Amino acid sequence: MTETNVIDAKNLVREFNGKRVINRVSFGIKEGEIFGFLGPNGAGKTTTVRLLSGVLAPTEGSAWVMGYDVRSEPLEVRKVIGVLTETSSLYERLSAKENLAFFGHLYGLDGEMLNNRINELLQFFGLQEKSMDKVGTFSTGMKKRLSLARALFHDPPVLFLDEPTSGLDPEGARLIRNHINELSKEEKRTIFLCTHNLEEAKELCSRVAIIDNGKIIAIGSPEDLERDLWQKTEVEVNLDEANNEMLKFIRELEIVMNMRIDKEKIFIELGSQNDIPVLVEEIVHKGGRIFSVNQVSHSLEEIYFRIREEKK
Amino acid sequence: MNWHNVITIARKDIKEVRENKSIWIPMIVVFLIFSVVLPVIFILAILHTAESELMTEPMKTFFQNMPTSLTNQIAGMTLEQQMIYLAVTYFFAPLFLILPLMVSNIFAVDSFAGEKERKTIEALLYTPTTDKELIMGKLLAAFVPSQIIAWIGFVIYSIVVNLTGYPTFGRIFFPGLLWVVLMLWIVPAVSLFGLGVSVLVSIKAKSFQEAYQISGSVVLPFIAILLMQIFGVIYLSIWFTLVLGLLFWVVDWIILYIGTKKFRRGEIIANMV
Ligand SMILES: Nc1ncnc2c1ncn2[C@@H]1O[C@H](COP(=O)(O)OP(=O)(O)OP(=O)(O)O)[C@@H](O)[C@H]1O
Ligand SMILES: [Mg+2]
Repeated sequence: MTETNVIDAKNLVREFNGKRVINRVSFGIKEGEIFGFLGPNGAGKTTTVRLLSGVLAPTEGSAWVMGYDVRSEPLEVRKVIGVLTETSSLYERLSAKENLAFFGHLYGLDGEMLNNRINELLQFFGLQEKSMDKVGTFSTGMKKRLSLARALFHDPPVLFLDEPTSGLDPEGARLIRNHINELSKEEKRTIFLCTHNLEEAKELCSRVAIIDNGKIIAIGSPEDLERDLWQKTEVEVNLDEANNEMLKFIRELEIVMNMRIDKEKIFIELGSQNDIPVLVEEIVHKGGRIFSVNQVSHSLEEIYFRIREEKK
Repeated sequence: MNWHNVITIARKDIKEVRENKSIWIPMIVVFLIFSVVLPVIFILAILHTAESELMTEPMKTFFQNMPTSLTNQIAGMTLEQQMIYLAVTYFFAPLFLILPLMVSNIFAVDSFAGEKERKTIEALLYTPTTDKELIMGKLLAAFVPSQIIAWIGFVIYSIVVNLTGYPTFGRIFFPGLLWVVLMLWIVPAVSLFGLGVSVLVSIKAKSFQEAYQISGSVVLPFIAILLMQIFGVIYLSIWFTLVLGLLFWVVDWIILYIGTKKFRRGEIIANMV
C-alpha cells in the first residue's frame, strides 16, 4: 500500500454465485478526505463497503485500511472503522441508550466511561430527550442520527457512510450533512461516502468515483472530471458596453474558439484555462470595462450523466 | 476468545427476546401445557376411572412386555399407582426434552435468522468481535434460557404431580434417579443439539419463518421416542438414557466444532438479501 493512503483498494473483485458484481475496482483515499462513491442502484456501492470493512472477503484483489489488510487482518480493520449501514441496523425493541450501550460494550467501554460517551453522543445528535424511548418509535431521521452515533462510538479514524441521507426530508438531510462536514473538517476523519445524491457529493466530497455495474468508470475531483470531459474552457464575461465592435474584436481574437450570446450574457470558449488572463488583457487593452469573468462550470449531475453516457 | 463480548451479545439477545411477546407468550403456553395441564388431566383421569376399566388391551400388552427392571420398580403398587408412576416418570419424560429443545430452537432462530431478517445483524458484523465470539454469544443466548426454563418446568412438574398424585400415593413419589440423569445429562445435550441445528440453519435461511420451520423438525425424533415408549418399543431406562445422552453430546460436539470452525460472518452477508 501507499504510505499516505488511508484506504487502498487494488483490483477488488467480488462474485456472488459466479456473478461478478464488483469488477477490478481500484482507488486510494488520503487522510481527511471525503471520498464520494457515486452510482445507480445495484452498482456495487454497498458491496464495496462490505469488502473494505472486512466483513465480506473479496473473490480477487486486496484492500488495506490504515495499513491493515482486509483479507488477513479483518479484525484490526473493524477496530479502526465505523460504518453507517444502509438500513438502520438498530434494535427496535431496545431503547436508544440500550442500543448504544450494547455497541459500546463491544468496543470495550464500561461503567462511567460508557455512560459519558453515550450521553455525549446523544447530546451531539440531539437525541437526549429520547434516550429511553424504544427505537421502534423513532422517525427515519432520528434513526439515521442514532446509527451515526453508533458508527462514531469508538471515535474511529475512518468512517463508511452508506447513503447517509436517503429517505430523509431536506431538513433532516441538511442536519446529517452538517454533521458529516463537522466530522471531517474539525476531526480530520477519512470518510467514504456512498450516495446517489449528486448535490450531496458536490457539497461534501473532495474527490469522487463513479461506479456503474461494478466498475469504476471515472475517478477524480469534480473539477478534474469536468476538465476531462469538456476539454475547452468556457467563460462568461460581463462587459459594460458590449457593442458590436467589441464583440467582433473578441470573436476575432486568436485564442477564442467560439463565442455565443445567451440572454445578454457573453459566453466565450477558450482552448485552455491559461487563455483566460490573455483574454482579459486583450479586452482591457481594447478599452473594455469588465465587471466580471466567470468560468462556466458543469454540475456534477451533468458530469455524471455525460460519463455514464460515454461509457455505454 | 473474549468472553466479555460473548456475554454482551448473549445478554442483548435475551433482552431483545424478553421484549418480544410474540415469542415468549406461545412459549409459556406450551410450558404450562407440558408441566401442568397434561400431567394433571392424566393423573385425575386415572384417579377417576374404576380400576377394572384401567386395564385396557394395549395396557395389558404393555405390562406383559415390560422389562423386569421396570416390573421391580412398580412392584407393590396398586394398579392406579403403577399407571400414574409410569406416566409421570416415563411417558412424560420426552416432553421434557421437547420443551428445552423448543425454547433453544426459537431463541436461536430469533437471535440469528431473526436478526438477519430485521437487518440488525449487519452493524453487529462490523464490530471488532471475532466470528467465534459472535456464534458463541448467540449459542449462549439460547442455551441459558432453555436450561432455566427446563429447570423451572421440572420443579413445577414435580410439585404438580406429587400434589395431584398424593391422594393415592400418600407420599412424595417423584422424581427418581432417572429424572436426575435426564435433567443433568440429557436436557443440556438435547438443548445444545437443537440450538446447534437452529444456528446452522439460520446462517443459510433467508427468513425467520424458513429457519424456524426447518430447524423445528429436530423435535420429531423426540416425538418418536415418546410414541415408541407408549407402544412399549423402548423405554427410558437409566442405561438407555445415559447412552442416548452420550450420543447427543458427541453429535453436539461435532456440530459445534464444525459450526464454530467453519462459520464466517461473510456467509451471513452473502445470504442476506
Ligand atoms: N449477498 C448477495 N448475493 C447476491 N447478489 C448480491 C448480494 N449482495 C449484492 N448483490 C448484487 O450485487 C449488486 C450490487 O449490489 P449493492 O448492494 O452493492 O449495490 P448498491 O450500489 O449498494 O445499490 P443501492 O443503491 O441499491 O444500495 C446488485 O446487483 C446486487 O443484486
Ligand atoms: Mg447500497
